[in-house]
Amino acid sequence: MPTNSLLTLVTFLPLAGAVLILFLLRDDNQTSIRNVRYVSLWATIFTFLLSLLVWSNFDPSNPGFQMVEKHSWLGNQINYHVGVDGISVLFVLLTTFLMPGCILASWAVKTRVKEYMIAFLVLETLMIGVFVSLDLLLFYLFFEGGLIPMFLIIGIWGGARRVYASFKFFLYTLLGSVLMLLAMMAMYWSAGTTDIPTLLAHKFPVELQTWLWLAFFASFAVKMPMWPVHTWLPDAHVEAPTAGSVVLAAILLKMGGYGFLRFSLPMFPVASDYFAPLVFGMSVIAIVYTSLVALMQEDMKKLIAYSSVAHMGFVTMGIFTGTVQGIEGGIFQMISHGFISGALFLCVGVVYDRMHTREIAAYGGLVNRMPIYAFTFMVFTLANVGLPGTSGFVGEFLTLAGAFKANTWVAAFATTGVILSAGYALWLYRKVVFGVLEKENLKTIADMNKREMAILAPLIVLTVFFGFYPAPIIDAMDASVTQLIDQYQASLAALESASQLAQAQ
Amino acid sequence: MYHAIVFLPLLGALLAGFGGRVLGAKASAYLTSGFLVLSAVLSWVAFFDVAIGQKPAQTIDVLRWINSGALEANWAFRVDTLTVVMLVVVNTVSSLVHIYSIGYMSHDPHQPRFFSYLSLFTFAMLMLVTADNLLQLFFGWEGVGLASYLLIGFWYKKPSACAAAMKAFIVNRIGDFGFALGIFAAFVVFGTIGFTEIFAKAPEQLGKNFEFLGMQVDILTTICLLLFMGAMGKSAQFMLHTWLPDAMEGPTPVSALIHAATMVTAGVFLVARCSPLFEHSPTALTVVTFVGALTAFFAATVGLVQNDIKRVIAYSTCSQLGYMFAALGLGAYGVAIFHLFTHAFFKALLFLGSGSVIHAMSDEQDMRNMGGLRPHLKMTWLMMLIGTLALTGFPLTAGYFSKDAIIEVAYAGHNAMAPFAFWLLLTAAFMTSFYSWRLMFMTFHGRPRASSEVMSHVHESPMSMMGPLIVLAIGALLAGALFKTNFIGHDEALFWGEALYRLPTNKIVDEFHHVPGWVPIAPFIAMLAGFALSWLMYIRDPSIPGRLAAQHQPLYQFLLNKWYFDEIYDFFLVRPAMWIGRFLWKKGDGWLIDGFGPDGVSARVLDVTNRIVRLQTGFVYHYAFAMLIGVAALVTYFMFGGVH
Repeated sequence: MPTNSLLTLVTFLPLAGAVLILFLLRDDNQTSIRNVRYVSLWATIFTFLLSLLVWSNFDPSNPGFQMVEKHSWLGNQINYHVGVDGISVLFVLLTTFLMPGCILASWAVKTRVKEYMIAFLVLETLMIGVFVSLDLLLFYLFFEGGLIPMFLIIGIWGGARRVYASFKFFLYTLLGSVLMLLAMMAMYWSAGTTDIPTLLAHKFPVELQTWLWLAFFASFAVKMPMWPVHTWLPDAHVEAPTAGSVVLAAILLKMGGYGFLRFSLPMFPVASDYFAPLVFGMSVIAIVYTSLVALMQEDMKKLIAYSSVAHMGFVTMGIFTGTVQGIEGGIFQMISHGFISGALFLCVGVVYDRMHTREIAAYGGLVNRMPIYAFTFMVFTLANVGLPGTSGFVGEFLTLAGAFKANTWVAAFATTGVILSAGYALWLYRKVVFGVLEKENLKTIADMNKREMAILAPLIVLTVFFGFYPAPIIDAMDASVTQLIDQYQASLAALESASQLAQAQ
Repeated sequence: MYHAIVFLPLLGALLAGFGGRVLGAKASAYLTSGFLVLSAVLSWVAFFDVAIGQKPAQTIDVLRWINSGALEANWAFRVDTLTVVMLVVVNTVSSLVHIYSIGYMSHDPHQPRFFSYLSLFTFAMLMLVTADNLLQLFFGWEGVGLASYLLIGFWYKKPSACAAAMKAFIVNRIGDFGFALGIFAAFVVFGTIGFTEIFAKAPEQLGKNFEFLGMQVDILTTICLLLFMGAMGKSAQFMLHTWLPDAMEGPTPVSALIHAATMVTAGVFLVARCSPLFEHSPTALTVVTFVGALTAFFAATVGLVQNDIKRVIAYSTCSQLGYMFAALGLGAYGVAIFHLFTHAFFKALLFLGSGSVIHAMSDEQDMRNMGGLRPHLKMTWLMMLIGTLALTGFPLTAGYFSKDAIIEVAYAGHNAMAPFAFWLLLTAAFMTSFYSWRLMFMTFHGRPRASSEVMSHVHESPMSMMGPLIVLAIGALLAGALFKTNFIGHDEALFWGEALYRLPTNKIVDEFHHVPGWVPIAPFIAMLAGFALSWLMYIRDPSIPGRLAAQHQPLYQFLLNKWYFDEIYDFFLVRPAMWIGRFLWKKGDGWLIDGFGPDGVSARVLDVTNRIVRLQTGFVYHYAFAMLIGVAALVTYFMFGGVH
């Protein structure tokens, strides 16, 4: 297969599936609903298989963009320009890998199945698009467009307070995206292009960098989410259906971190360096604050949502250390958190589908009836705690090692997260899984079925595999990250020598 | 060979864990035990090869692990004398405990899971002792913590077991907080976390400072103290000891393996492994001596009054670990490891012996309900007697050589804490003897205090349980005499080779052999005194303890409640953390951020739009609309605005 249109195929294959479902299938009887489900499943599986071709064609020693495709699109300024480097290729694979599981996890959805599946397939196209875009406008379209299906997923198939949750999401993201849009216009005005590779080489004036950095920060910090703009996340997670939570935690949150790596750090290095202490402060507060809050949660999904915020704190902290360990750890943490948090929400979904409650107090002693579930949940609880031998450890360790280089206070406070995460995660596990099975309605609960095992087993394998052997992920990103850091340091050094020169004169 | 030693237990754990249902209880038990015995035999081969045969140290690479920039940590086995000594200790005790458990756990419905956890623990412990960098050591460190968590909570239906399991994990994590920072600091200072490289570069950093938490501090001292914090957690030292007594909720073989012989000694191993760092920091060594001596004393005082047979032994373990740290702090690393080695035999013996008692008494653990068991459990009594003699340091038993050596080291030691340590350790030796004999007397002697129904069921344990006890008893009797010359005597320099490092000025191993004549006799006297007092109080006149307790009620309560550590921690740490968590959630997120952020704004917006727009769909479309306008504006701008 020619590689020059591979990324486009991967990006738009799910959309093709959605179109197929929209025009050719109905959902008025059992058979057609079944067809809708299987078409969606196969669409996501084919996308994943295609993305494996991307992986096999990818050359890890090349730090630049690969499999690039460029067509003239709007006017003579804006191009359809896609490609992947060592950073984005990982997120593309994360997305395509998780989507079949999300579709499978949605078997329990009974209302408006057709629209539901269409929303997920469109969402997949938009998410992949974010990671492959090499043009500002294209990136913006995918980045913001992804929110619409997510909104519909929460708003239509969500829980009791779905309106409140989507409302909150709306207010937060609107603010961020408007500012980002303004910043993009300013970038075009300054550099004369919307082409991302060109912009990466462009040196923005120091004054402008500050403002651009802040505008992008507003958008990405909400996405991450960073403290104190994190409060939409617990509500959105709680109200979203299981697969929605998985996509939200595993992929949508990563767009913020990806944005920092693609825009903030390489394009505005001086501002990134200047604002790093602010990011450190917010990250450390996020880690400690949300971990403490997680300790007190009564709702399983909320607890995991708060723990996600804490884990994303490690990512932002690592990225802005500007060290190899910090950035590689941050990326690794995002990929690993994709598996782990996704799997944890799936674990909640397993019992929610049976008991229709997420309240921790409603469970207890599940191990007596559900040994396989107990094992699965244990693996991901430990991975969430960052136990060595799971992928959760590698990212946490590397980001902390990077942070220690940058600032020992930051590292020391962030490391307390290691203690607190053990506190809330083991507490949750103990309350839900251990103990005597006393509650009457739990006495007939069934263990995981084949479908649920098929969703979670690959996640277990990857979580443990990358815990023992993270090299495939780290090697893939290493060249790109090294180049990013070299350029980052070079810009800072250039500024330094320029100011020294100015002083000398 | 080393691959087999380390990976056989892992293989056993995986087979028993995932195939337990197919294999059945018996096959899982025999399979894991068989692998462990094989691993133990190979370990002894390695021991004679490397330690006795003085084969040079080597590193065996296994697999890449985390390589990011300058940070390189690979899976590898570092094989030197320290490693093979630990291999022998871990695999010998582990294989015996596996065999013992075949009998002990024979009525449990979850045997495959139990044996899987035991083997998993062994694997993690082996990864720990073979590590050639700090990170692999940390992997093993957390891995044994996980296995400990799983095994303490093995009987998950007991709320107390679940609570104890969590407590063990979390308290250990507090220690790991320091350990992790120590690793980061080592990486930043040395640019590597491999032992060989760090140790080679350590002398360059001598006396240099770096900035840590806003202070200018000595590099090596800081790194050592941070690593030591991890050791304190894992080895249950003063302040971080609270999890160990609670860990007795787990099955007794687990207590013998993890909470006596192996895992809890990981902290001692860590300090010994890092002797090339600690040796350069007299301050850190002084702290280690202080903490060790204090723990030895503190735990012994609490052990005096406990009534649960396993808790007495648990506090005794805590106390003996304190001895080892005291020796490490005084620069006598070999002596500490020697005590670790002998202690593994007699403490595992005592635990498994008490397990035999508990098994016979239908799961009774309170010594107040025992007594007079000797005629019924002659063999167990003999085993426990050997264990007690070895622990109290009766001449020519294992403890006599190792524990008394530590007391002599404390006398001969040079750091500021040495005299303090000497007197504390000597007092602790007296108390050790007292509580050990108290345990023997309350359990086996005097009149039976159990109901006649329980007494009628009392029976000696099966051979699968007695066999391991006999092997351990032989070790408890002979391990000291056999290996004394190698570990701490004439051949010690040859024996340890490069594995332990001492400055040329550190001649402690030589000096403690030449202390004044009364010093070696002092622990012996203390032991006799402890025995005599115990005999007086529990055999001659059993009413004395009650009267004493009544007369000194505050002191008795203070000791009985373990110096109130749990209560203090609960009041000052656990409750505030939960209170702050709730406060941040309700007030921070709820009132401040949401109240003035989205909820506040939305309330205002709602006021305006409530009557105009239906919320249900309105906001979604609003959003899409806003975005489209944005894109339209942008496109228009590009196409017609034309900047340049």
